[in-house]
Amino acid sequence: MSYQSMEEAQLRCKKDGIPFWKAVQIEDANERGVTLENSWKQMTGMWQSMLENLDAYEENLVSQSGMVGKDGGQMDVYRENEKPLCGDFMAKVMANALKMGCNNACMKRIVAAPTAGACGVLPAVLVTYYREYQVPEETMIEALYVAAGLGQIIANRAYLAGASGGCQAEIGSGSGMAAGAICHVRGGNSEVIANACAMALKNLMGLVCDPVAGLVEVPCVKRNVGGAVNALAAADMALAGITSKIPIDQVIDAMKDVGDKMDVTLRETGIGGVAGTPAGQAVAEKLGM
Amino acid sequence: MGNIFDILGPVMIGPSSSHTAGAARIGLIARQLFGRQPEKATVYLHGSFAATGKGHGTDKALIAGLLGMLPDDMRIPVSFDVAKEEGMEFTIENKDIKGAHPNTAQIVMEAEGVPTMKMQAHSIGGGRIKVCKLDGIDVNFSGETCTLIIRNIDEPGRIMDVSSALSKAEINIATMQVFRDKRGGCAVMVVETDQVIPKEAIEDLESKPGIIRVKFLDPNGVE
Repeated sequence: MSYQSMEEAQLRCKKDGIPFWKAVQIEDANERGVTLENSWKQMTGMWQSMLENLDAYEENLVSQSGMVGKDGGQMDVYRENEKPLCGDFMAKVMANALKMGCNNACMKRIVAAPTAGACGVLPAVLVTYYREYQVPEETMIEALYVAAGLGQIIANRAYLAGASGGCQAEIGSGSGMAAGAICHVRGGNSEVIANACAMALKNLMGLVCDPVAGLVEVPCVKRNVGGAVNALAAADMALAGITSKIPIDQVIDAMKDVGDKMDVTLRETGIGGVAGTPAGQAVAEKLGM
Repeated sequence: MGNIFDILGPVMIGPSSSHTAGAARIGLIARQLFGRQPEKATVYLHGSFAATGKGHGTDKALIAGLLGMLPDDMRIPVSFDVAKEEGMEFTIENKDIKGAHPNTAQIVMEAEGVPTMKMQAHSIGGGRIKVCKLDGIDVNFSGETCTLIIRNIDEPGRIMDVSSALSKAEINIATMQVFRDKRGGCAVMVVETDQVIPKEAIEDLESKPGIIRVKFLDPNGVE
């Protein structure tokens, strides 16, 4: 049985004297009846896929609708030639988030984490950090367990699908997962991980799912940037010792409550939000959707 | 909700787990049920699949699945060309299917020397699917576990034949569903099992009277 709350997971960590990622791995092995090695191997596969997928980006490829594709390359050029406001590292994170979002829209291979539309957040945070700071690969795979464990608690208490709970459930969850994961890489314990995830989730609470013409392109690709940058900001706050005044489990419950109240036009129907603007409608009409 | 690799994963070709990965899986399951690559496939798209399918590559993914490609196959975007190379004819049309799930596809598969097969399935999100109609008979299975699909004549003793054949092969039945079009007509048994069913047990079943066709779906086997 997977963890129903962060509280339950943290009790397990304390009782057995194990880090959060290990508690997630043990539960995975138990739940699926596989060995710890087998679980680790599978997670390593996810990590390697993320690295390969990011490198597969092609700056001249555009999606079938023509709306997205070149954004990642544009961000690279800007970073190399100008002085990005957010600094060099953050500009790389942003470029990588765009690249993965574009890859997804251009029918390239991605790891849905937690969903295809939000597939850029985790690699943008983790792969960029890994390449910038030469962290051991094992630490990154542990971080993926942290992300998956947090995602599972969100799935158990709320949801991860835009059609169910809006974009807060997709990019919001991806951002919370990435915030917790990068805190692990920086040596944060399960308290720090929980605080980072809670703060990231709160910052994106209420985010609606409003894809123009129903496609996973606008505003989805750029929201991966929002999710990644927000994850790093939340992680830095948590690593600074700043805590979420609302415990993570209650934040997730609040997210569920907000999602339940969200109008159906704002849950992946392509009707409300930016999809409903004159410009959004014009795109939908042009594409015959 | 499933395991942690449903949260981190699947590895798939974008852009949508329901409209792309799920569509590829529908095509793949259809191919497995047909038992071979069809020579001709007619695909009907309903609801959201019809409305936004093109932008999501739903059409390409379905054809890719029929060609035996998994949801992470890099050839999904060029599946139409692959179909041409391999001589699989296909047409894709929109169709309003009354009462169907918004992400529904209907596939008619034809090949010389084998009966034509018609399958209807829908994509439920996260790359997972449900097969809901087989040759006009209502069914309900996902193909995520070992699944035995048996077409038989609706008459006494057929269910016992199947359960005793499985028992003889020491196969444990996890779930069993029976469907039929009308009394004494065509029936379908969908049996989910804990073990992979050996070839001999399937051949044994095929030889029994009243059993029309037997198909076994192994979630870990591509064919």
